[in-house]
Amino acid sequence: MNKQVELKNKRIIASKHVKLGQKNKMNQTYTDINDIFYNSEQTPNFLTGSEVIREAIKRASVGTSVAYPITPQSEAAALIGEIYAEGYLDEYFRGESEFAVMGQCAGASFGGHRVFTTTAGPGTLRAMENFPMWAGSRLPIQVCVTCRGINSPLSIQPDTLEMHYLLETGMLVWHAETAQDLYDFILKGFIVAEQPDVHVPIAVCCDGFFVTHTKDTVDLSPLDKCLTPYDPYRNPQPVMDMETAPIRMMRDPFVMKSNYISYATHASWQQEIKAAVERSRKHTIPLLDGLIDEENIDREILIVGSGTAVSQSREAIRLLEEEGIKVGLVKIKTIRPFPYEEIRQATKNAKHIFVPEFNVAGWLAREIKANIPDNERVYVGPHVAGGMTMPSEVIVEEIKKHLGMEVASRGTLG
Amino acid sequence: MSHYEVKPGPEAFLPPAAASMGNVLPDPGEAHIGGKIVPEEEAYEKAARMILGAKVPTIFPGPLVLWKWTDHVAEKAKAIRELAIEAPMRIIPMADYRPKYPKIEAAVEINPNHPNLTIWHNKIDVCIFIGVHCHMANLSLKIIRGGTSCYTIAMCAMSGHEDACLSFRDADLTMIEKLKGTIKKLKSEGVESQAIPFTQFKMSRSGPIVPA
Repeated sequence: MNKQVELKNKRIIASKHVKLGQKNKMNQTYTDINDIFYNSEQTPNFLTGSEVIREAIKRASVGTSVAYPITPQSEAAALIGEIYAEGYLDEYFRGESEFAVMGQCAGASFGGHRVFTTTAGPGTLRAMENFPMWAGSRLPIQVCVTCRGINSPLSIQPDTLEMHYLLETGMLVWHAETAQDLYDFILKGFIVAEQPDVHVPIAVCCDGFFVTHTKDTVDLSPLDKCLTPYDPYRNPQPVMDMETAPIRMMRDPFVMKSNYISYATHASWQQEIKAAVERSRKHTIPLLDGLIDEENIDREILIVGSGTAVSQSREAIRLLEEEGIKVGLVKIKTIRPFPYEEIRQATKNAKHIFVPEFNVAGWLAREIKANIPDNERVYVGPHVAGGMTMPSEVIVEEIKKHLGMEVASRGTLG
Repeated sequence: MSHYEVKPGPEAFLPPAAASMGNVLPDPGEAHIGGKIVPEEEAYEKAARMILGAKVPTIFPGPLVLWKWTDHVAEKAKAIRELAIEAPMRIIPMADYRPKYPKIEAAVEINPNHPNLTIWHNKIDVCIFIGVHCHMANLSLKIIRGGTSCYTIAMCAMSGHEDACLSFRDADLTMIEKLKGTIKKLKSEGVESQAIPFTQFKMSRSGPIVPA
């Protein structure tokens, strides 16, 4: 790194948008993101995650939202329909399938709108082809992924396996632990994704049901302040027409030519998308107060997690503390960009690193193992999958078992 | 803190994106030279010396300054021409981004999908990207670094380019004039342009205009 991105006394570069300070048709004032979060009173509200999505979108100056029902995001999509009826969005309609929805989102984004949609589980997989297309076309669309099971036999319950599929799409992938995170990430996500040096899509993920369908106290920014609208003139690509890229590419694509230059161009294009994701660090670190949160990282035992696995880990840490076992915690907020250096630093003193996950693959543990020295320190688990809950006691049990400590019996049949 | 130096190539069959090597873009008032963040003032001097020391210094203006979509752009385009005359530098336009097949006219145009062809053909040793959409500039700059020895300078109106050997950010009319002023100052101090004498070509819709 040629320059340290500092956390303190630094916010994302303030907006110079021409509409700053003007009012929209809902009488909301276009306000700089720094002022919305750091210079405005935040009011506590008791809301479900789905309602929080609605509240964020009310303040997000979204142009278009396209909906398609799939549990557990259906309620959020329906609530966005209600605020469309109230006048908060310019366009809202139901697509024909998740694949169609993501294509329609692309059209709206190519046309210069700020675009938001939601999906989950099999919907994410069905839409998958569009995500690298969004990224390759530099479309800063936001999709809120309310994670659930993706496989047969059907499960609508929470499971984060679908996030694994998103990791190399070229999108930013953030993982909310709580409804508060979800609110903050949606609003801040638009601003980071739309920076001209970033300008790629963003998936704001949360664990379905645990976050979407439970109530929590969430601090909301004032309703009379909203984000400055998307500025298509800051797009690092030309705006759409039928003669310039990327649409023209479809008619005369360099990828259709078999020669070194075509391949080199495509490779450079792919590198540029990855580079854009890396550039988002500079904007994300001040807005999210770092890519990770740390608690007691000087301890020999650490739990590193993301999403609601972090909440369960907090309680597990409390239970372990009662038994005199001291455990630290690292919460990962952004999966893409992955906080490589932050994780290396936070885990440098740890002798045992546990990675609890709500999926059968253990993709987060794999990411961590691939990026820290002495990775035999990483214990891949505990895991649950297919919608199982992860009781804090299970985390406690697995940590104690791994450390060779005595574990209370679960009971037997005889 | 590791530091990836962005130098003229040819660097590799497929050089990495500097951002993926940890290079961060400058903040307002800053620039980067070789990946090192410096005050903007320092970058004018370095850019001016590189231009004056080059045999074939060339400006690649992109669509954002070639077409008069605002009055501000027209002023900017005029300043770019004045910069080219002061140095002197050639001007080879990047009029659009469509891949050119079966081949480009490397003497008079550059295309982001195969910029190395233009640089090789004209033996360009220092170039300035200006008015090129950021995605297309980055696409191009990596290919140039991969296969040519050209020193690349970006005068970016947005956030700058890690993949250039030297990059300004927020480049507006004043900054173009300031670069011209720095060249003028160095020349008055005795630094001579090493540019090979040339005649700037002119284009019509059907191609280059060959003087009778």
